[in-house]
Amino acid sequence: MTSWPTVIATDALLPARNQMALSLGWHIILACFGIAFPAMIFVLHRKGLAGDAMALELAKRWSKVAGVLFAIGAVSGTILSFELGLLWPGLMETYGDVVGLAFALEGISFFVEAIFLGIYVYGWGRIPGRMHSMMLIPIMMAGVVGSFMVVSVNAWMNAPTGFRLVDGVPTDVDPVAAIFNSAAALQFLHMYLAAFMVVGFCVAAVYAKGWLRGRHDRIHRLGILVPLAFTAVATPLQPVVGHFAGQRLASEQPIKLAAMEGLAESEERARLELGGYWDGEKLVGAVEVPIDGLLSVIATNDPNATVIGLNSVPEDERPPVGIVHIAFQTMVAIGTALVGLMAWAGWRWRWRSDDVFDSRWFLRALVASGPAAIVAMETGWITTEVGRQPWIVHRLLRTEDAVTDAGFIWISLAVLVVVYAGMTVGATLVIRSMSRRWQAGEHDLESPYGPPSDIGPMPSPSDAEPVATVAR
Amino acid sequence: MSAADAVAAVMFLAIVLYAVFGGADFGSGVWDLTAGNARRGGPLRRLIDHAVGPVWEANHVWLIFVLVFLWSAFPTAFVALMRTLAIPFWLAGLGIVARGAGFAFRKYSPTLRWAQTMGVVFATASLVTPFFFGTIAGAVASGRVPASGTGNVWSSWLNPTSILGGALAVSTCTFLAGILLTAEAERLNADALVEDLRNKSLVGGAVTGLIVLVGIPVVAFDSETLADGLLGQGLPFVLGSAATGLATMWHVWRRQHRRARGTAAVAVGLVVAGWGFAQYPWILTDELSIEAASGAQSTLVGLLVASVLAAVLVVPPLIYLYVLADTNRVGVEPEP
Repeated sequence: MTSWPTVIATDALLPARNQMALSLGWHIILACFGIAFPAMIFVLHRKGLAGDAMALELAKRWSKVAGVLFAIGAVSGTILSFELGLLWPGLMETYGDVVGLAFALEGISFFVEAIFLGIYVYGWGRIPGRMHSMMLIPIMMAGVVGSFMVVSVNAWMNAPTGFRLVDGVPTDVDPVAAIFNSAAALQFLHMYLAAFMVVGFCVAAVYAKGWLRGRHDRIHRLGILVPLAFTAVATPLQPVVGHFAGQRLASEQPIKLAAMEGLAESEERARLELGGYWDGEKLVGAVEVPIDGLLSVIATNDPNATVIGLNSVPEDERPPVGIVHIAFQTMVAIGTALVGLMAWAGWRWRWRSDDVFDSRWFLRALVASGPAAIVAMETGWITTEVGRQPWIVHRLLRTEDAVTDAGFIWISLAVLVVVYAGMTVGATLVIRSMSRRWQAGEHDLESPYGPPSDIGPMPSPSDAEPVATVAR
Repeated sequence: MSAADAVAAVMFLAIVLYAVFGGADFGSGVWDLTAGNARRGGPLRRLIDHAVGPVWEANHVWLIFVLVFLWSAFPTAFVALMRTLAIPFWLAGLGIVARGAGFAFRKYSPTLRWAQTMGVVFATASLVTPFFFGTIAGAVASGRVPASGTGNVWSSWLNPTSILGGALAVSTCTFLAGILLTAEAERLNADALVEDLRNKSLVGGAVTGLIVLVGIPVVAFDSETLADGLLGQGLPFVLGSAATGLATMWHVWRRQHRRARGTAAVAVGLVVAGWGFAQYPWILTDELSIEAASGAQSTLVGLLVASVLAAVLVVPPLIYLYVLADTNRVGVEPEP
């Protein structure tokens, strides 16, 4: 007895997918900061304890930025857990107990992260230095476990395992096998490295911009070099991990791979084509690499192997190829450019006597690298998510069969667009304001998990001054 | 006790903890809303920031716990809830977002005006979110969520028991937070605030008591199964909650605010636990039992192991965080 007014009752599939994409795409950026930022703060904190006062100051500042980002990341993550049920009842009803344990372990990780972040931010001036810096270690560990668990659920949708379907009902459920499905390890590594790239390039971009504006001080030097130390490791590893993830696709999800490469017909000794666009039937305007069997080698290590094309499955089992193809090509192009940027940095650092800070072009490239890394990560997620369509659980459950029949999803999507836009503006304004106040020489800004800057006898209501930070 | 019962018990314990810790947090926001203009309300708002600052997000992780346990252990119940109660869940979700973002953004506000706007967002969301959770509880308890299909998307949560649930949620959160803030103000020797908060808390306690009295006939007529349960296996908890609630009022009256803090938390915990016991063995009253809703046995066992893990990993640092928040700054670095 559904009682949605017919006026607003429409097919929910399109708005539901858009809403999930918006929520995940927005949250994932903050999740990256939860995973990677604590490690960078840890490095600075330890440098600070070794006597570098500016490093300590920067660790303190970043911990406050982390507080803001964590706060809005926590609430956008909560929304996601609502959305799993509100948007995808067909998925959760059938498979909720199969993937549930991973979510439970993620929940614990998140709890640990929340508590220790509170302890860390609150600990400035309350916990002795070494011990205080150690509070970041559980946060980093929780970041590894938590992101593994969440990504493992997504990987499970690509490689469903850990149960046997009997009349459409999962039986003999093995939640541990579901967690360690065949896609989990590579997808996790890919995401974990992406997190360090996104945070590293974004943070470096902020300080590179400051340097270009003439703020040549130790704070900015550290603000560029520490994140770059992390991206220098993560960026060159990323294509390697991506390559192996692609090889898994070749054997387990060949249609997704075909959509990424824009391969219409199955081909022996397939050639690799770069760029171009999908006109609905074939790839147009792509550049073919003139090496026979190159795509076959990349996909399977065998130049003679057949790479499966889209036409090998009925039309209603193919993803929207155009989106997947362009998203994948964008991700690869940016990833390659970032590897190039790291090579440039390495060359300047190793073979040039002047350091990276003397090249304005290098710094400009760094400024661009932050947004570029975000675009690469988002297009990567679009590739894997849209590429899995029309399935929500690969070859077992169609997305259209999992979606809610609620009629108001266009409305909730519209509301969420406004909410996320508001939070984006809010976070930007707040962090910019913090940055301006730091530049103006303020040191002890308040933070969401931190104590008010002055604690003492509370003034009585009559003689209180309006305090900007807590007044309304 | 079956594995499903054990997981349901753990999940309900998380609901109780969310009601107490998250509830105090929501309630603080309500006090923020009523604190007055920037000048008059300044001290109270600083007190609220001081009291909930370090723990405010950790308090809400209990909710994520509940949701995750619900869909992992009782997927059919989770989906039934989300189908029928989509609207209050959406509104509560938006409330949580607005609240978290508002609180975080207010702390760093560049200007007074910005702080005021964010403060209104935070405080208003603090008021409405527990209301929606209360209506959800009312919908479940009064048997308005069908096990399959979609129930009435409006009357399932806009009915006497749900409205009572919403009103009770808001009033108990406010009462609990009032007591905690009074005790905190006392610790900081903010005498004027103590007086103000104490008097308002007494009023809040009286209002809560009144809502409970009004609620008795409402539940009796509107939700038979719940009423039977509350007079049956839930009765000890209900009586215990009433007793600790009255004891709280007594302590506040006698200005023993630290003691009142304990009894108030117990009162809130017991009333929620009472609801749980009254509803047993239903997970959705009259519609779906805990046994019938439970998913794979292996996942239930996994969740129990995860709960033990959670207790070991989460509880000690959480206690440390509360202790740390209660300690004043040590002189490691100079005061600004």
